[in-house]
Amino acid sequence: MPPTSPSALYLFLHGLWQRFGLPESVWLVLWAVIVAAVILAFVLLTVLILVWVERKVAADIQSRLGPARVGTRFGLLQTAADAFKLLLKEDIIPACADKPLFVVAPFVVFVPAFLAYLVIPFGDRLIAQDLDLGVLYVVAVSALPALGFLMAGWGSNNKYSVIGGMRAVAQLMTYEIPLGLALLAVVVSVGSLSTVDIVEHQRRVWHIASPPLLIAFIVYFICALAEVNRIPFDLPEAEAELVAGYHTEYSGMRWAIFFMGEYGYLFFVCAFGVTLFLGGWHGPFLPPVLWFLIKTYALILVSMWIRWTFPRLRIDQIMRFGWKVLVPVALVNLVWAGFWFVR
Amino acid sequence: MTTSAPPAIERTGLPAEQLIINMGPQHPSTHGVLRLILTLEGEVIVGIDPDIGYLHRGMEKMAENRTYAQYLPYTDRFDYLASLNSNLAYCLAVERLAGIEAPERAQYIRVILAELGRVASHLIWLATFGNDVGATTVFLYGLRERELVVDLFEMALGARLTYSGMRIGGMPYDLPDGFADAARRAIAQIRPRLDENDRLLTGNRIFQARTKGVGVISREEAIAWALSGPTLRGSDAAIDVRREDPYCIYDRLEFEVPSFPEGDCLARYLVRIEEMRQSLRIVEQCLDQMPAGPVRAKIPRVFKPPAGEAYGRTEAPRGDLSIFVVSDGSERPCRLRVRAPSFANLQALGAMARGHKIGDIVAILGSIDIVLGEIDR
Repeated sequence: MPPTSPSALYLFLHGLWQRFGLPESVWLVLWAVIVAAVILAFVLLTVLILVWVERKVAADIQSRLGPARVGTRFGLLQTAADAFKLLLKEDIIPACADKPLFVVAPFVVFVPAFLAYLVIPFGDRLIAQDLDLGVLYVVAVSALPALGFLMAGWGSNNKYSVIGGMRAVAQLMTYEIPLGLALLAVVVSVGSLSTVDIVEHQRRVWHIASPPLLIAFIVYFICALAEVNRIPFDLPEAEAELVAGYHTEYSGMRWAIFFMGEYGYLFFVCAFGVTLFLGGWHGPFLPPVLWFLIKTYALILVSMWIRWTFPRLRIDQIMRFGWKVLVPVALVNLVWAGFWFVR
Repeated sequence: MTTSAPPAIERTGLPAEQLIINMGPQHPSTHGVLRLILTLEGEVIVGIDPDIGYLHRGMEKMAENRTYAQYLPYTDRFDYLASLNSNLAYCLAVERLAGIEAPERAQYIRVILAELGRVASHLIWLATFGNDVGATTVFLYGLRERELVVDLFEMALGARLTYSGMRIGGMPYDLPDGFADAARRAIAQIRPRLDENDRLLTGNRIFQARTKGVGVISREEAIAWALSGPTLRGSDAAIDVRREDPYCIYDRLEFEVPSFPEGDCLARYLVRIEEMRQSLRIVEQCLDQMPAGPVRAKIPRVFKPPAGEAYGRTEAPRGDLSIFVVSDGSERPCRLRVRAPSFANLQALGAMARGHKIGDIVAILGSIDIVLGEIDR
């Protein structure tokens, strides 16, 4: 499907295609493949960068050096080297595992993270697909990884994995609800589900400046941390309790795909938070894409800061917090937002 | 120790099974090679059965084939996180057996090393306990602070983990020049960092939620299980061998025996944090009071204590570490028996953990602070 408001690059390439008189149907497929490839490349690159950033941030907080050997004294190539190593590792599938589930699970976790990038406006008209139902699409897609966690937990035929998988599902389902309610507050104020419209609405003032949406942002960010399974919500893979939770039995590249899903999703939830609450790509002087990345990385750094500072909650505390605190707060806030924006 | 509850199927009418999980001997938070057989209903623990012995080396039997001096390095391997404290318990027992008294200066040095050993051991505990409840940064901070103490040990004894730092009759050699200044500098560095840790972890809402009211054991139960050390003092019992049955020169020193009434993981945590402060205080007093003089009593080259038996009782970081030695007049012990605090403390795990969740068992085990080298010997 061609973009509704095509960018200059699209028009140029499409014009070139038409000049050679090539069929339009092939162009549509080709364009979709190009977009998918670009997003995939972006996700993979982002994951490499994020892992490096996380290591450096963690090292800094913990007063150590972090990667400092491979690729200059800042260890810039460390994650690339690690990825290469993981590629070469033996592919181990436990003898008693449910093989199809075990093999497919990492992709069920990774693909939704990748799909979610479709509706993020990185800059002016720099969006893969401006869907009318962008926000709804994100909610739908972000519910999918739970299935992958459960498949991995069950398929591994390992008790720790099962518990990890069950925890992941319980946690994701719980936090999906306040997350959706927080998103609805934004939708109420904008009157559209399209991410492009939402960013456009913040041309002059960021959403976070209005009180109901500030609360919505806080709820969103907490839920986002829970969705990406990071401390204090890293219950599904709580090392001290469950060894590694649902990916206990995974190694090599399959494990790396889980990892990529996790970090890809981390970038996504922060980018989506920026889109909804922090003005998207709007900002003075600097180019839009740069503004977008700066804001997103700022949010990511906050999540890393939290991860390396806080202890881990217990499963019942997490559920209680989700149902008894976040859901009511998000609900009341939604009602309040309704009054606030209708006035 | 296994407790039984009616299976879930009777209560809900739904088909449900109890899940038996083998936690360990290879598991990130069993602190060594402890195996726990957990019976779970969902996330709730209904039965817990610790299985020990994976690190058994026959330490007590080995003593019967070594001379008294030869056995000292073995004591390093009881509680390898506080080997100086094990050295001390062994030396005290053998000295009592032979009727030797270590010179005064040696006694001071021993107390300095033992208290620094307590600080180093508690810092490792702090690190791993933080890691157990998910505060990964505390892990690194604990090890960072311990480094300062270990540097002191390296300066005094030339080793960083298994020191074999004492001898029957005193110390192998005097402290090196400049040790007192280095120790004071290290203490001045560690103190503010303990406060920093308080700000980072102690007041944290999540940390409190994870530890308060978790793994409660009452004073009566704690005493009945023969708990000792911080695990006991977290249950409203200010009982400390250094106070009750003073050895070396502890009766000359001023220090408090911290105790908290709640009996939960948080109380045990607070006891250890406060103990580190008290230990630093003791070290400073010793550095001030330490007299000059010899550091080792005269011991015959062939050391044959008279036939008899003796009991050396000390307060190690994990509790009452005592060594019982029986001599038949030869140069080797006839029998040696270790009363290991971790062993007694671990027994209470079932009582503490009953009805808690999997996440709690890790916190409770961490708050008991076991060392498998001491449990299995």
